[in-house]
Amino acid sequence: MNGRARRGSAESRHLLSDFLRHELGLTGTHVGCEHGVCGACTVLINGEAVRSCLVFAVQCEGAEVTTVEGLAAEDGELHPLQEAFQAAHALQCGFCTPGFLMSLLPFLEERRDSGALTDDEIRDALGGNLCRCTGYQNIVEAVRLAHTKMSGGAGNSAGNSVGTSTGNSAGTCAAEGA
Amino acid sequence: MSTRVFGEPIRRLEDPRLLKGKALFVDDVDFPDLLHVAFVRSSFAHGKIRSVDVDAARARDGVVAVMTAEDLGDYWSPGPLLVPPPPIKDIEFNNRTQVPLAKGKVRHVGEPVAIIVAESRYLAEDARDDVFVDIEPLDPAVDLEASAAADAPKVHDDLASNVAARVRQDKGDYEKAKAAAAHVVSGRFFYDHGASAPMENRGIVARWDDRSDRLTVWDTTQAPIPLRSGLAGLLGLAEAQVRVVAPFIGGGFGPKIMMFYPDEVLIPWLALKLGRPVKWIEDREESFFSTTQERSQIHHAEMAIDEEGRILGVKDHFLHDTGAYAPYGLTVPINSQCTLLGCYRVPAYSSSFEAIYTNLPIVTPFRGAGRQHGVFVMERLLDLAAAKLGIDPVGIRRRNVLTPEEFPHKHGLIYQDFTELEYDSGNYPEALEKAATEIGFATFRSNEQPQMRADGRLVGIGLVTYVEGTGIGPYEGARVTLESDGTVNVATGVGTQGQGHFTSFAQVVAEQLGVEVAKVRVTTGDTDQFHWGTGTFASRGAVVAGNACHAAALEVRRKILDLASQQFEAAVEDLELLDGEVRVKGVPDRAMTLGELAVLANPMRGAVIPGTEPGLESSRYFGPDRGTTASGVHAMIVEVDPATFEVEIKRYVVVHDCGIVINPLILEGQIVGGVAQGIGNAFYEKLAFDEDGQLLNASFMDYLLPTSTDVPKIESHHIETPSPLNPLGVKGAGEAGAIPVGALFAQAIEDALRPLVPDLTIAEIPLSPDRLFELVHGTGSDENSGGGSQ
Ligand code: FES
Ligand code: FES
Repeated sequence: MNGRARRGSAESRHLLSDFLRHELGLTGTHVGCEHGVCGACTVLINGEAVRSCLVFAVQCEGAEVTTVEGLAAEDGELHPLQEAFQAAHALQCGFCTPGFLMSLLPFLEERRDSGALTDDEIRDALGGNLCRCTGYQNIVEAVRLAHTKMSGGAGNSAGNSVGTSTGNSAGTCAAEGA
Repeated sequence: MSTRVFGEPIRRLEDPRLLKGKALFVDDVDFPDLLHVAFVRSSFAHGKIRSVDVDAARARDGVVAVMTAEDLGDYWSPGPLLVPPPPIKDIEFNNRTQVPLAKGKVRHVGEPVAIIVAESRYLAEDARDDVFVDIEPLDPAVDLEASAAADAPKVHDDLASNVAARVRQDKGDYEKAKAAAAHVVSGRFFYDHGASAPMENRGIVARWDDRSDRLTVWDTTQAPIPLRSGLAGLLGLAEAQVRVVAPFIGGGFGPKIMMFYPDEVLIPWLALKLGRPVKWIEDREESFFSTTQERSQIHHAEMAIDEEGRILGVKDHFLHDTGAYAPYGLTVPINSQCTLLGCYRVPAYSSSFEAIYTNLPIVTPFRGAGRQHGVFVMERLLDLAAAKLGIDPVGIRRRNVLTPEEFPHKHGLIYQDFTELEYDSGNYPEALEKAATEIGFATFRSNEQPQMRADGRLVGIGLVTYVEGTGIGPYEGARVTLESDGTVNVATGVGTQGQGHFTSFAQVVAEQLGVEVAKVRVTTGDTDQFHWGTGTFASRGAVVAGNACHAAALEVRRKILDLASQQFEAAVEDLELLDGEVRVKGVPDRAMTLGELAVLANPMRGAVIPGTEPGLESSRYFGPDRGTTASGVHAMIVEVDPATFEVEIKRYVVVHDCGIVINPLILEGQIVGGVAQGIGNAFYEKLAFDEDGQLLNASFMDYLLPTSTDVPKIESHHIETPSPLNPLGVKGAGEAGAIPVGALFAQAIEDALRPLVPDLTIAEIPLSPDRLFELVHGTGSDENSGGGSQ
């Protein structure tokens, strides 16, 4: 579980999504439909993006599971993909976001050394995740930006124009939810 | 650093927390002894409840309580009417509001009949199967027109008919205008809106703490403060004993402002009664019944024009489907009625409507809140008029939009905020020309379209306008506090569902206090932090709460300068606030950090001078006299596949004016997101109820939301006409993007299909490919179309 062994008990019918959220307290993984359409619950199982609402917890015994909580560095520094989402304003309510991040991670890893991504390629990659707030446009920009960052700037540089930061550096969050 | 932060595209402060999965959403709230809830819901749209047998459920292991309406005793009562009918002459309003659990009768599929509390959600759902509900089905009122008829099955037996309301508003003399008209165009228009479908379903957790005698409620509400007052009243507690927290909310779009959903009445009550915290989280299927939605209106409308295509008058009568209950009063149909007038000069208007009870889920505002319906009718009438005169869509609108000299413009109708509808400011001709230029309207029509048509391609162009009444009262407030570490705390009552309030309010305050935006911590939606205000609706957050933040920040600024002027023995005019310090201008070493000043303002010894207050803090309120009117123009180019009738959006241009912009990044996000929802509404999203009132597509597998491959790149442009109604000059932007999309689709698709059907009139939304096929081939039911001219 995000690089650490975690133990918990699950009934055979317990969904992985429920197990992660309510047994292990990893509430970053969200549940939007519980029937495999929205993608909000996406996590990595042995490196592959999987909808955790369609998997039983018991199926994951011994597996390597990564959730959104495992993305940023120990010291809190954002992963380049997370950073790109902030820079491009690719989230509004943020409920769908963990699912998008986890779906995109293997996609971007795979294309680390490929050239610039086309719009169609990116939109296809996003096609399995629903977002009700953003209209996807800024998520497309964020993917482009992340691809550039992750491939060491070799990719497409278009899209850098969005989201200039004035004064506040990424990673500083003064906002409190409740 | 530069202190100019207002108006800058600043990255959102709340993002890192959300991106790391650390933001608190309601379903993340957990306690060791937490109980879980499942509802037993009606599977009939209309029926008499003969009996509800819960014995087996009660006997199941792990079940803590099962309640029916009878078990609620005196606590059972219909919910409050949230918005009373506006003061319109001769208005008829038959108030019926939802009940916590159905008693005697069920009035829509999914209406809750019993509530089960168990040790886990899995167990609560198991026990649901143990409950036997015996319902004698009654004929349901489902079809809107049929439900309005005198012999329709009655949703509420004690009412004379299904009419929930009758409203008529007139301006000028339409009949006289018609008599003088060169042409009259008319049509029957059907506009259907759907489910708001936020990615996060609704949910609520309540916990009573015996030691502090206080109730805490975490709710996915857009209106935490009214919820707190209402709950205190319901439960016989003092308001100070109730804390409502609306933490991060995964999208709202309107239905999360509805108050006193059955779950909101029951879960806190159960927490008190059972002495354990209780949680209910809606599942997706439930959300199609247990969360309010918007649906259809049917308009019969006509427009009188002169020879040049100038509007002389408009007449409209419509039916509005309000569902089984009408807790939100008449907000949606009044919005339709008033927004219909749009950006135009309309000397005479005669508009009446009937809101009709049906055996369908409750209708309350969803992003746009009825404005779509009105805009659709007006824009379609203009297109019919243009066709009649042989002019193009831009030309007819050019002749009729209000010019800047005509502001403020009184329409003489009563709006949803109960004031007389008056537009404060705008520049409609500029927006119109800009959109026409950006989309290349003239050259598309003269060059590209003829060529493409010659190649057999079905391509069309459209351009429509709209207004959005935003930022209505009554008021919001904010408290700004300068802390001794130099950071600034801002607390406001509005909840936030992704609008970026943590950042935009911080910008408003940082601008006045000369601090970094990241030094401003904003709290929203926690009644222990701020308990005056109403909520996030009607695109009012930035306008009303934003101006309250501004007013409070100005007052704190004044206090800072007064105190510093004593300290430095310098005149206030000679001081400046910069980089978190107050300085004597031009004397760099005479400076003090704001933190040091905050400490001075809260002395440990000595008395506070009478008439002054300790600390550098201020609470201020903003209550606008009336709403401010935003506006815009959308234009698009589409191509229709002649074989499949799939519609591809080739280009989409938005020109929007919402006054002064606080954060262009956030604004753009709001607009684009709104357009995406508009596209869903115009094309994919239809709540398909059958004649029995059963929803045939209650899942994301069948109710199709637009995906990344459906929403095109939106090219957005802004013009800024400040609002004179508030100090920041801002207007709301939350709903605008979604409002005109249906009207635009209809116009552009009609244009694209012209080679196939030269006189096709599209008078309905949504338009799926199969519906377009039917319209073109004249097959299927045509009951929802039928524009025409005489
Ligand atoms: S919650 Fe798993 S796909 Fe929607
Ligand atoms: S940001 Fe709200 S659903 Fe995607």
